[in-house]
Amino acid sequence: MTEQFISSPHKHDGSSVSVMMFRVCLALLPGLLAYVWFFGAGILIQCMLAVGFAIAIEYLMLKMRKRPVELFLKDGSAIVTGLLFALCLSPFTNWWITLSGIAFAIIIAKHLYGGLGYNPFNPAMAGYVFVLLCFPAQMNSWPASPEVANTSPALSDYISIIFSNGDSSLDALSGATALSQMKSQLGMMNMVSEIRIEPMFGHFAGAGWEWISIGFMLGGIGLLVLRVIKWQIPLAVLISMLGISMIFNTYDSDVYASPLFHLCSGGTLLCAFFIATDPVTASTTPFGRLLYGCLIGVLAYIIRCWGAYPDGIAFAVLLANACVPVIDHYTRPKVVGEVGS
Amino acid sequence: MTRELHSFPGGLQMPTFKTLSDQEMSILHPLPERLILPLQQHIGIPSQPCVSIGDKVLKGQTIARAFGYVSVPMHASTSGKIIDIGDYPVPHPSELKAPCIVIESDGEDKLFDIRPTNEYASVDPKELQDVIRECGIIGLGGAGFPAHVKLNEGVENAVDTLIINGVECEPYITCDDRLIQEKASYVVAGTRMIRHAVQAKHCVIAVEEDMPAAYAELEKLIDDDIELVKVPTRYPAGGEKQLIQVLTGKEVPSGGLPIHAGIVMHNVATAAAVFRAVTRGEPVISRYVTVTGLVEKSRNLQVLLGTTVKDCIKACNFEADENCRVILGGPMMGMHVTNPDVPVIKTTNCILVQENIPRLPEMPCIRCGNCVDVCPVNLLPQQLYWFAKTDNTEASQRHHIFDCIECGCCSYVCPSNIPLVQYYRYGKSQIAAEERRRDGADHASARFAARNERLQKDEREKQSVKEEKRIANQKEDKQSYINAAVERSKAKRALNKKTLEDTNKDD
Repeated sequence: MTEQFISSPHKHDGSSVSVMMFRVCLALLPGLLAYVWFFGAGILIQCMLAVGFAIAIEYLMLKMRKRPVELFLKDGSAIVTGLLFALCLSPFTNWWITLSGIAFAIIIAKHLYGGLGYNPFNPAMAGYVFVLLCFPAQMNSWPASPEVANTSPALSDYISIIFSNGDSSLDALSGATALSQMKSQLGMMNMVSEIRIEPMFGHFAGAGWEWISIGFMLGGIGLLVLRVIKWQIPLAVLISMLGISMIFNTYDSDVYASPLFHLCSGGTLLCAFFIATDPVTASTTPFGRLLYGCLIGVLAYIIRCWGAYPDGIAFAVLLANACVPVIDHYTRPKVVGEVGS
Repeated sequence: MTRELHSFPGGLQMPTFKTLSDQEMSILHPLPERLILPLQQHIGIPSQPCVSIGDKVLKGQTIARAFGYVSVPMHASTSGKIIDIGDYPVPHPSELKAPCIVIESDGEDKLFDIRPTNEYASVDPKELQDVIRECGIIGLGGAGFPAHVKLNEGVENAVDTLIINGVECEPYITCDDRLIQEKASYVVAGTRMIRHAVQAKHCVIAVEEDMPAAYAELEKLIDDDIELVKVPTRYPAGGEKQLIQVLTGKEVPSGGLPIHAGIVMHNVATAAAVFRAVTRGEPVISRYVTVTGLVEKSRNLQVLLGTTVKDCIKACNFEADENCRVILGGPMMGMHVTNPDVPVIKTTNCILVQENIPRLPEMPCIRCGNCVDVCPVNLLPQQLYWFAKTDNTEASQRHHIFDCIECGCCSYVCPSNIPLVQYYRYGKSQIAAEERRRDGADHASARFAARNERLQKDEREKQSVKEEKRIANQKEDKQSYINAAVERSKAKRALNKKTLEDTNKDD
């Protein structure tokens, strides 16, 4: 007979934070594979760097905060933060930018707010926005699409670019992203239809990139099936992004790109299934999740079309994070038997 | 006529483990040497012993009387001698000892002279309630609320539907299932009696979909007067409010009772006990108990109340050691007992022996919302957890912590292994303590205000008496002054007159 009284229930479904995080990592695989297929293994180096830094910094922070190190390292949240952060970066990004972004994400956005479960802002997005604001010049070189550049960068190219400062081969291998190209060309008074015929665009968005996005969506659907994430946030992000881009596209299709373009460009799909669904920083009420997702979709579109940045996903997520307490407060579901409103 | 079924939010579908114990006939547990009967086996006021140490009692004899309205009497489970009235360990989460009557069995199991009530249908409902109360019948499903109170509520309010709850939704437990299979006629007859006692318009017996044998037994016996309904197997479909929602679509108002929705609900075992009480005058002295889990032979036992849990486990060829966790009730809401010498009481439906796997470390809440999805009451468990943890009683109440039925679904699915129900129990107790404190403070401040009021009143009275006196004095003074003046003027006038007369005389 056991000595200590144990409160009910005496059964558990066996789920754990580690398993959830592990599944999230697995679900990133299809997108990651597509990434490697189109742009070479550079992203893998970037991912390994980011995850390695994340684990190291997480370890240091846990030590400093005197938390059970093994328990919290095993939860896998630092790995997910590292992976998502790396996927937001260009695979050409210098290692020290990756390091400073991860440091900001894990130290300031996560642990200074209390660690896992207590951070109001998505650590990966906070880290990304930090490096985007601090090092704007270094953040702009993305691998050129295979249609434009004759060869996709080799692993050695990536290694020399990531670990050196100002490698000369970078200019030859890099190009603009679909979103930034669209933005700058629209700024030069070109029409969407004229811009879209450039070789860097594929079937509905950036050549190559569109398939990576689709890959992330497939992984995300897997997470939905496994019930790691709930349907409300992905649906709301996608519907709101589609809805608002459709309205403007219908209004003037020369100035506003198609809904499908917005859906498959930049971080929309990655965000809808992997970033916005970060449970810690998202709304937790069923209706609140819909509102939260819509807010991200609309804000991202507004920033893309009228803001200073080609993609607004990171900013949209952080702004929506800030709204979560209010959303949660006003969307509490009616309790069974609750009288009145 | 088939009833349209509704659903309740959330809930869980999980392995039921019912076949472990629901296949075989129940067996009578042998008469133990000693029976420990706690004076409080029900919700309400403990009963008061009406025997003393050394008394000989017979099986079914009243050994403790009901004390107050929300209380029931208690009866000897077997014949024998009262050897002690004192504190013994009882099934209670705080593991405190509580007053019990201990009977040493004489082995004869001699029955007390008990009187049946003939022809219940001709008896006044009130009288039937008295019979039910005298036989010590309480909610045998697990809650333990005195049955007559619910019946009386039924008479005072118009009862639309009487529901007899045979939905044993917790995994492992099969005592109601076996009871229905073996004593279906008791259940059906008892149902009719309860219906008469509350004068209900409609009457439903509900069982779970995974109890086909019990359903078939009941089906043979019911007529058009009773509806027999199968409800989908989903935990906690057998919860009072959830079953009402499933069967009628009505929501019991928050903080209210089923009767506020025109419904009275009793357990199938309660119905069977009512049948025994009314037709044979038999009090509640034994019950069906499922003994299951790790035990070698899972089965249902018919156990005399007061038999120890240890004996019941032994009867299933098992000895509970330190690697076991003994739970009274089911795995979801059952109570962990650390002392195997606690007795089986009226509400003990199951003895579950589990492997004692240490609880996984509690991680921080990651707000995943799995708990929100399974909560059958639509609460926000992750927010309540936060409020309970930070002693924010005001926010807990705003988020309806008292609507939590402690079903355990939230903890079951929590990936962070947070013992959420424990936090809610703590939160509820904090609020209750705060209310008591506030009531105490209110009482003190009321007394203080009353004292001030009284003192002020005294003071005012004193003042007003003084004032009156002063005015009266003043009045007196004035009057005397006037009188004096009048006197003086009279005297003067008289003098003048006299002088005048004298002068005239002189002239």
